Amino acid sequence: MNIARKFAVIAAVTASAAAISGLSFNSAAQDDAKVLRIVPHSNLAILDPIWTTAYMSRNHGYMIYDTPFGTDEKNQIKPQMVDTWSVSPDNRLWTFKLRPGLEFHDGKPVTGEDVVASIARWGKRDAMGSALMTFVERMDAPAPDTFRIFLREQCGFVLEALGKPSSNALFIMPKRIADTDAFKQIEEYIGSGPYIFKRDEFKPGDKAVYLKNTKYVPRKEAPSGTAGGKRVYVDRVEWNLALRDGQAQVNALQKGEVDIIEALPFDHYETVKKDPSLQIPKYSTVNLQYMARFNHLHKPFDNVKVRRAVLAAFSQEPFLRAQVGVKELYNVCPSMFTCGTPYGSPAGSDIQSKSNMKKAQELLKASGYDGTPVVVMKPTDLAAIQKLPDVAAQLLRQAGFKVDLQAMDWQTLVGRRAKKDPDDKGGWDMFLTAWQGHDIWNPIANAAMDTRGEQSGWFGWAKDDKLVELRNQFMRETDDAKKKRLADAIQTRAFEIGTHVPLGEYSQPMAARKNISGFFITNGNLYWNLKKN
Amino acid sequence: MYAFLARRLLATIPVLAIVAVLVFLMLRLTPGDPAAILAGDAANTEQIAQIRAGLGLDRPVPVQFMIWLGNMLSGDLGESFYYKMKVTALIGQRIEPTLSLAALTIAIAVLTAVPLGVLAAWRFGGWFDRALMGFAVMGFSVPVFVLAYILIWIVSLKLGWLPVQGYRRIADGFGPWLQHLILPSITLSVIYIALIARVTRASVLETLGEDYIRTARAKGLREARVLVRHALANAAVPIATIIGIGIALLIGGVVVTESVYAIPGLGRLTVDAVLARDFPTIQGVILLFSLFYVLINLLVDLSYVILDPRIRY
Repeated sequence: MNIARKFAVIAAVTASAAAISGLSFNSAAQDDAKVLRIVPHSNLAILDPIWTTAYMSRNHGYMIYDTPFGTDEKNQIKPQMVDTWSVSPDNRLWTFKLRPGLEFHDGKPVTGEDVVASIARWGKRDAMGSALMTFVERMDAPAPDTFRIFLREQCGFVLEALGKPSSNALFIMPKRIADTDAFKQIEEYIGSGPYIFKRDEFKPGDKAVYLKNTKYVPRKEAPSGTAGGKRVYVDRVEWNLALRDGQAQVNALQKGEVDIIEALPFDHYETVKKDPSLQIPKYSTVNLQYMARFNHLHKPFDNVKVRRAVLAAFSQEPFLRAQVGVKELYNVCPSMFTCGTPYGSPAGSDIQSKSNMKKAQELLKASGYDGTPVVVMKPTDLAAIQKLPDVAAQLLRQAGFKVDLQAMDWQTLVGRRAKKDPDDKGGWDMFLTAWQGHDIWNPIANAAMDTRGEQSGWFGWAKDDKLVELRNQFMRETDDAKKKRLADAIQTRAFEIGTHVPLGEYSQPMAARKNISGFFITNGNLYWNLKKN
Repeated sequence: MYAFLARRLLATIPVLAIVAVLVFLMLRLTPGDPAAILAGDAANTEQIAQIRAGLGLDRPVPVQFMIWLGNMLSGDLGESFYYKMKVTALIGQRIEPTLSLAALTIAIAVLTAVPLGVLAAWRFGGWFDRALMGFAVMGFSVPVFVLAYILIWIVSLKLGWLPVQGYRRIADGFGPWLQHLILPSITLSVIYIALIARVTRASVLETLGEDYIRTARAKGLREARVLVRHALANAAVPIATIIGIGIALLIGGVVVTESVYAIPGLGRLTVDAVLARDFPTIQGVILLFSLFYVLINLLVDLSYVILDPRIRY
């Protein structure tokens, strides 16, 4: 091939590439400045945020629904849909008045009846909601803008429950939808929140689309956590549900094809930090917490002394270093309640925080441990917690345990942890997981501290009547100082009996392009107040 | 010929029936509980049991099978546990990206690999032949995702020519469709170029030694005509077979490419369904894949009649 022909070939290839790259983006071109493109942390499958506790469903809920109360960035409960409220002197009658201008996406006004129906459904599914409903005698709506809760006896967490920020948050739906059986998923997605769900554009595993609710009347306050004014400055938000590979997400962000990555993989933290076109906005003051959970039903963890040996062996730093790696993103937290929140405290944590491997070995020796292998379940496909079981297995071995580290995919683990059978029949002894801070920040929300045993408890089925009684006292207490003391006592007891092991906290970074502004402390993934410049 | 076609089409029924039974049973034997997955992390055992009952998973397996079989025979593949959508609707949403990717990939692969294979056979032992064989080894060896990231880095991030990810439906315009598919198709086609080029080369090389090739050359035919009209035409059966297998593999094997390029196709749907233990979706997709395999094989068999007049059914 002579030089001229070579040149012609190269020119033709270049021209073809340029022609293809120059083809117009018909659909993508629509008002790009008004479209916020977000890569959520996972796929959105279930659209009923009351039916499941999945965080993606909760985040979808915050887009389209509103809540009676919210939790601000200082973890204080603030009114959201509620305008004013009052409590009777005996603390048994709570009367709430809705603020004016609340309207569902179908144009109908939000009424007290809608709220009552929504509370009733939520109360059948949510842990705090269920706890609240044990106090509720009845609810009614004496006027269109009013609802009332009549309690059998005083309850210390009415507002905390109504304004809880994480799964299941109390999202208000029209009565006809909220009347759906709590154990069936709703099929209509009409809220009164800042965005309207575009059902016809929803393609599971591909994308979810939300349009600005132009009739939404935000509160006047600045946005803060799930409270404050929910102002929307874009016309449309698109969740890219197909983009799940971490490297591909970062590539798309760098190229400007997406605006925000909700959960930036730790491996890419430094890359994004160094890129001048990108930012890592601060959006959270409440961290996530890692946790190791025992199966209390079977040997060896049916023995409290064995569990305490594990508490002594599991110092937090090795877990955090292995899993997170980036020092500025993790912190040791000697508390079972999220550090930095009202009940976060080191009370009773000495067994873990001031212990060491020698102490763990001594405790295990004294426990009468008979060499029963510990089945630790390791999820191989969940990068967010994948390394924790390896560290756990190593520390357990060092303490003197025999360990059977079993690899499986996360969904197998999720199915298996619900089994109460012993190890030889497909059971388990330990799994490790992570919680968003607001899901474990008080004794009622913290599922691992529900020690009602096999009947109602969370996986692992810890049983301790004293802890149940302390939780009951906490539920009834209305004085903040006394609640704090009770929370300390609850945590001390939980460390004493080894309900679970807190493994430290971390901050999940979010990544965004530099032209996105308006980030605020949400302690979650909320997409109002954002501007695209 | 028509009798053969009818026999083969009838034979698909037991094949699909066996696949259906096997898939149904294997899924029930697989560890993992769809109800626990749906319930979320904070759900307790009671709530999971209620969800399981709601999905009908608390019934005996034979009862579940009969219900599913009855629905399937009436053309209803059921409703996804995970997405609460009809499986047929889900497949309908996902089939276009996968078919588009497979079609473009196979087009690129065939249009590139067949001429390369013929040229390599023609220049057997020369530098071009050795270079092509070297490329083929590389094509087989480099993992698809590595190639994908390299291409993205060069073509999308450095040169800015093509998008990094995503898919546009052909209804949104041919331009955006092609723009989003060309890089994934090139990525995926490399291994098929290597495969088809090797088979073409071997097959054409064999025919080039035949007497009729010598005769054609002795008649004074141009070399191009000898290669295409006589060598390639007579070497076409194995090439058609490998292309057919390639298409069948592509339909079910594009998951890595779909993941890296965020293409919402059937591969991604299958992986999501498996991870979520979404039994109805897995069953539906696998049945579809089986149907594809059977039909592609049938088409390949039929193509033999056209490619080689000596073959009769």
